[in-house]
Amino acid sequence: MTIGLYAPGASALHRLPAGVKLGALVAASLALFAVPSTIVALASVPVAFAVYLSTGLGVPRLIRELRGPALLLGFVFVFHALAGSVEEGIAAVARFASLILLASAVTLTTPVSEMAALVERLLGPLAPLGVNPAKVGLAIALAIRFIPLIAEEYRQIREAQAARGLDRNLLALVVPLVIRTLKAADDLADAIEARGIET
Amino acid sequence: MIVLDGVSHAFDGRPVLADVSLTLAERRIGVVGANGSGKSTFARLLNGLVVPSAGRVLVDGIDTRRDAKAARRKVGFVFQNPDHQIVMPIVAEDLAFGLKPRGLGKAEIAARVDAALARYDLAHLRDRPVHQLSGGEKQLIALSAVLVLEPAFLVMDEPTTLLDLRNRNRLAEAVAALPQPAVVVTHDLDFITGFDRVLMIEDGRLAADGPPAEVLPFYRERMR
Repeated sequence: MTIGLYAPGASALHRLPAGVKLGALVAASLALFAVPSTIVALASVPVAFAVYLSTGLGVPRLIRELRGPALLLGFVFVFHALAGSVEEGIAAVARFASLILLASAVTLTTPVSEMAALVERLLGPLAPLGVNPAKVGLAIALAIRFIPLIAEEYRQIREAQAARGLDRNLLALVVPLVIRTLKAADDLADAIEARGIET
Repeated sequence: MIVLDGVSHAFDGRPVLADVSLTLAERRIGVVGANGSGKSTFARLLNGLVVPSAGRVLVDGIDTRRDAKAARRKVGFVFQNPDHQIVMPIVAEDLAFGLKPRGLGKAEIAARVDAALARYDLAHLRDRPVHQLSGGEKQLIALSAVLVLEPAFLVMDEPTTLLDLRNRNRLAEAVAALPQPAVVVTHDLDFITGFDRVLMIEDGRLAADGPPAEVLPFYRERMR
């Protein structure tokens, strides 16, 4: 499971500060959707490919990353082709493909701790309104940390239930998963406290 | 030195530990007891994760009730399941996590993280996602993430339960080499045969307290 997690490397993108990367990503997505030209949309795809490949992560990984979104892009194309024209469909797919590539390039080159630190800084001005930026940053890091953990728990539970013929029973899968996840969350809260972080 | 002074604890009125008074000054102390005997609660009392319903726990003179934060800084805690202890997705990030609130510079944090990883030859795991590591590697990373904070004491709650024999041996070696005094709660009796002292907890009470050569045979007999 890759879920666009950080992949260590030494490319130019790896060295850029998280704030610059995120700012550029926001600017690129605004520009892509503000400019209605199909040609610009199509031209953006090779540019986005180049940015992605500059991270040095290689094509096999790219193909793995894009397998999921490919289905989504298919839906986008069909929707636009039916509701508008084929040309619109192509332009929409090109825009989304560029965005997915750029966003992957950002997440793959930015450690979660840097992303969390950036969110903390951005939320800093909201602190007087009762927002705790450090907690929001921690919540983001934990959410990303928990995804593979829950996926693994789910795999184990499905196996255990399959062993007694219950792997098609939604309740038999969901109830233990929720209980285990809550237990894990409890333990994790203890562990965070034990390491001297206020929760 | 950790001192328990007339400590009792109850969860929602259900007593789990009754009137325990102890002075923990030995280098290596093992804690044994059946499931549900109260030994996990005992471990959590030592670093202020659990504050006793009655009595006091003093860590080098710091009362866990008055200043749980200072007590937790003194006592590192390693849990049974490293998956539930490791907070950050990347190994180096997790080691840095506990250091962040200490107001150290970036370079200082990186240097301490590298030193902590080098201690158990884990430097090659530095930038790896935690969920791709083996169970043994995860437990050593969890231990390193606690040791990087330089606690004065270490408490471990069943640290070898999820490990295979090789990793269990590796962890036992790591614990043996620690400079800090350590309290290890475990069902792995071989792990603690070489310890200085063993406490046996039964139904929330201290049932035996002495050298492993005395307490462990007694415990084995009681578990028949």
